[in-house]
Amino acid sequence: MTAVSERKKRGHIGWRGLVSARTTGRRRGLKPAATSQALSHLILGFFALFTLLPLVSIFFISLYPQDQVISGLALPQSLDFGNYARAWDVANFSVLMKNSVIVAVFVVPIAAFISILGGYAFATMRFRGQTLLFFAFLLGLLLPYEAPIVPLYYDMNALGLTGSPFTLIVPEIALFLSFGIYWMRAAFGDDMQTLIEAARIDGANSWTTLWRVLVPSVKPAIVTLLVLFFMWSWNEFLLALVLAGSPSLQTAPAGIGLFLGEHVSDLRGLAAAAVIMSIPPLLVYIFLQRSFIQGVTSGSVKG
Amino acid sequence: MTLRVHRNGPGGGHAKSALPVRPARKGAGSITGPKYVPYLYLLPGLLLVSAFVLYPLARTVQISLTEWTGVTAPDFIGVDNYIEILTDPDLRSLFWHAAVLIFFYALVPITLGLLITAVLARSRVRGMTGYRAVLFIPQALSMVVVAIAWQWVFASNGILNQLLSLFGDEVTTAWLGSFDWALPAVGLTGTWRQIGLCMVLFLAGVQKIDPALYEAARLDGANAWHEFRYVTLPNLRAEIAVALTLTVTAALKSFDLVYLMTKGGPGTSTSVPGYEIFARAFNRGEIGSAASLGVTLTILIVLVAFGIERFRREP
Repeated sequence: MTAVSERKKRGHIGWRGLVSARTTGRRRGLKPAATSQALSHLILGFFALFTLLPLVSIFFISLYPQDQVISGLALPQSLDFGNYARAWDVANFSVLMKNSVIVAVFVVPIAAFISILGGYAFATMRFRGQTLLFFAFLLGLLLPYEAPIVPLYYDMNALGLTGSPFTLIVPEIALFLSFGIYWMRAAFGDDMQTLIEAARIDGANSWTTLWRVLVPSVKPAIVTLLVLFFMWSWNEFLLALVLAGSPSLQTAPAGIGLFLGEHVSDLRGLAAAAVIMSIPPLLVYIFLQRSFIQGVTSGSVKG
Repeated sequence: MTLRVHRNGPGGGHAKSALPVRPARKGAGSITGPKYVPYLYLLPGLLLVSAFVLYPLARTVQISLTEWTGVTAPDFIGVDNYIEILTDPDLRSLFWHAAVLIFFYALVPITLGLLITAVLARSRVRGMTGYRAVLFIPQALSMVVVAIAWQWVFASNGILNQLLSLFGDEVTTAWLGSFDWALPAVGLTGTWRQIGLCMVLFLAGVQKIDPALYEAARLDGANAWHEFRYVTLPNLRAEIAVALTLTVTAALKSFDLVYLMTKGGPGTSTSVPGYEIFARAFNRGEIGSAASLGVTLTILIVLVAFGIERFRREP
């Protein structure tokens, strides 16, 4: 295997390699192309089905009339949208959804704004304590938030800082910043120096350089950040459960999570609620799927 | 941590990995003006992270050395809580359960993902974008939705029993109520959530491997297993590291699924550190003990993450 190990040492290859992979990949099939295509579709199709089945079953259940017995995965004999109306009204779900929207509307832009500022400083400036500060931010990436949320809850209670949506919003922003600053530092770190120099020659100060020159040139990275922040904020469970306080301030996942413990008897209503609360993230997923997949697979972890 | 920035438009191929803390290049400081400018940019982030991450973490360490019910003042008891974690079989079983979840959240999806990648080799599958979109859906959904769906899979009149009944007698096991099956059931839900992530990562990674490597291997007389072992696997090291980091930390941090699906039960058969911290701190008034579990879990996760990072770097 000497040839292999020698080539391996050369490391990664650029787009040229990708292009030739496309052509040689076809040529080198050991099996006839049709068989290997069929096998691929069989395997991928199986896992796609495995992924979809539980979700489809919940969608079916949300449409079952009250008087029909549900069992396993089966289509209802007739459709009943009454479950949706019931979930929306009875379980206080409209309030939960409204709260989720409020949290996302505050968390996403503010967290992104602060991440851009911090990432900019770490990527393009040099200052004392830089490494230490950066690792302080990084710690938040690894931390299981189950740990700090304990004193956070009791300390905020002791200070009387409860009963406002901001008891959830502000800690959530802080939690997302570790990833955000890390992400934006990487985005600003690549090949930005020429842009910065050019802006400086034009007499731009650091603030103008950031917003007029750098931010427009890293738009895709910022879109990814916004998509991730929205998904995390919408789906956040533990923080909402502990920090939102009163039921009137609860978000959809936490509210439904509590409901899950108490009213499992109304599976149809629960399924309807699950479908409704999945619509916003699924819409974002459909339109900005590439950004989302890229962000999640980047390998950084969120608390 | 590994972070790869994919800004691979045509010609963007040289965007290599972003290394931690690179020194700013010559001249970068001059546009920043006065020396305090960088700190101004960092100030909002620093304030928030200090107040809501670093300070509470320090407080967690402090509280972990006490016995505290949340009502009266905490009693300082030294490292007793930690000794309890080491000696109490109930507490140790939490970490054993977390290990079982690592098997289901990380090892199963990664092994399956690699196996599938090996079988598909590098054939261009038509409609791959569609498959990718479907396989990745679980990552976009709330754990609450995942839990509702999978509770139904494991319900006594649910999908799994419907499926098993096809092969013989009717099965009516309530899987999540069983001491033996509840933990694997929660784990399998995690497998379901992570398998798409792993497949998408590996299938994307394998496309980046230089086809010349495979040709060279074949000229050397390599069979399919050799190709996988000596070409595919080593070249997917970065992707495997990313998958390991994401899935293993998800398993160690797991709280949502356990809270939503089983509340740690039946008995304590599905309780994990993340859930037990919550239960002790907010239901049972054992806040000191909860904090000590939190600190232990944090240390464990940091160690594991560094271990994976070492694996990624070592050739």
